[in-house]
Amino acid sequence: MIEVQNLSKNYGSNKAVDNISFRAEEGEILGFLGPNGAGKSTTMNILTGYISSTAGKAMIDGIDVLDDPIAAKRRIGYLPEYPPLYTDMTVNSYLKFVYELKKCKLPRNSHLNEICDLVKISDVGRRTIRNLSKGYRQRVGLAQALVGNPGTLILDEPTVGLDPKQIIEIRSLIKKLGKNHTVILSSHILPEIQAVCDRIVVINKGKIVANEKAGVLAAGLSENLSLKVRVEGSEAEVKKLLGGIHGVKNIMSLREAEAGVFEFEIEPKKGEDVRREIFKNLSSRNYPLLMMKSNELTLEEVFLKLITGDIYGNVKNEES
Amino acid sequence: MLAIFKRETIAYFTSPIGYVFVAVCMMSSGLFFYLSALGVGSTDLTGVFQFMYFVLMIFVPVLTMRLMSEEKRQKADQLLLTAPVSLIGLVTGKFLSAYAVFLLGVCILPVYGIVLSFFVSISWMTLWGNFVGLLLLGGVYVALGLFVSSLTENQMIAAVGSIFLNLVIFLMNMLAAVIPVRIISNTLRNISIFDRYADFTIGIFVVANVLFFITVIAIFLFLTVRVLERRRWA
Repeated sequence: MIEVQNLSKNYGSNKAVDNISFRAEEGEILGFLGPNGAGKSTTMNILTGYISSTAGKAMIDGIDVLDDPIAAKRRIGYLPEYPPLYTDMTVNSYLKFVYELKKCKLPRNSHLNEICDLVKISDVGRRTIRNLSKGYRQRVGLAQALVGNPGTLILDEPTVGLDPKQIIEIRSLIKKLGKNHTVILSSHILPEIQAVCDRIVVINKGKIVANEKAGVLAAGLSENLSLKVRVEGSEAEVKKLLGGIHGVKNIMSLREAEAGVFEFEIEPKKGEDVRREIFKNLSSRNYPLLMMKSNELTLEEVFLKLITGDIYGNVKNEES
Repeated sequence: MLAIFKRETIAYFTSPIGYVFVAVCMMSSGLFFYLSALGVGSTDLTGVFQFMYFVLMIFVPVLTMRLMSEEKRQKADQLLLTAPVSLIGLVTGKFLSAYAVFLLGVCILPVYGIVLSFFVSISWMTLWGNFVGLLLLGGVYVALGLFVSSLTENQMIAAVGSIFLNLVIFLMNMLAAVIPVRIISNTLRNISIFDRYADFTIGIFVVANVLFFITVIAIFLFLTVRVLERRRWA
């Protein structure tokens, strides 16, 4: 279990982490989502005792990281943003070193072999880390965090630098680990967090802007998304037609995608699903609908939405 | 601590640094042994030990330069500082690994005495006194190099910085001679490492000198721990 209470970290006058609190229960995967520089790594570094906090408490299984750092660190496996590797060592000797460093009591060879199989690095065991690709290094870093089978895993952007197949493998591995570990995982990729985590903490400029169960947050974010459509026909007429549909709040023409085919962005009114109406209206007037998709929120829009309550920051002012 | 000691010691010999250091120590002391004792028919090894003062002044920093700095640059320090080990254990492990390589380099020196003893009877107490002095001096150089290495991410800066500091320490008693203010010159003379080492090389074995060297080693190890500690609070 991880508990963070009113944690702050100042670098001079710059507040990297500003009074945040959250907790991750046993067997929960907590996703830490935020843009670069939001304070994700700083928070993780404080949790693992690498740096100190300016104020507040960080506790692992009820042990304050500052009061008893060695006991707290024994319960943590940490994969930092840059995997902490000794590039002059082979993978096997590196993992043996980590095993001894953590004063691990499990049977050495079987434990390390198990980890290597789990993260799929058994085939590079004899190679020098210097010569490994980024993806393999990342996995050796993950293996290092798993040595000693700590109850809490703190993973800072664990899928960075991996190819798509490896990303899926690592994600399913993390899910598997999440069943009997407490996991904190950071990312700036929203779908990744949604795919893996039970709980999502969104952090921006050092402050928590959302702390929700994954499902709740996803539903909240996906309602009221704008649609992008491509229609063949006269730009002005189509715009007028679509703008007249009940439930459409706003329509913008974006560009001419192909010759005679125009792209529009449609913003529906709150709670309205206008997709069927769009299709019916266009087909009744014989305008071919070539594409319709809802806009996925980009991370920036997610923040804007979480901060202002709407992805269109200006809407609030219009209504008031 | 043991894990770190093992890793660092092995690392010295997976790169050329360990071999180069040991080779330089053995070659330079051997050469000087020939020039100052064997070649001219003298049984006095003081010259060899005094000469080693300068060799170690330059080459121990090469040994210690990457101990802390390289790790910081590669961000591998995050592993050590988030592992359940104390900072004292970490620093001691690193110190001992560099010291072990240093020992390997200087373990040849008593052999010169043994070589001489085939021809003449030599003063063994003087020889061992010299050797103890050298071991203590090496400890000071290693601890100082470790400390300087913890201050930077750049190996070259660490090496040049420690060589420079070693030079300052060496010049301390000369400095003492020209400073007219008695308190300052006396203080400098009292903390002059070269003077105390010179006592050893001429066969004077003073317990205070031994304690002095051990204290200096402890101070630099302590400072290194403080540097790591401070990094957490920065």
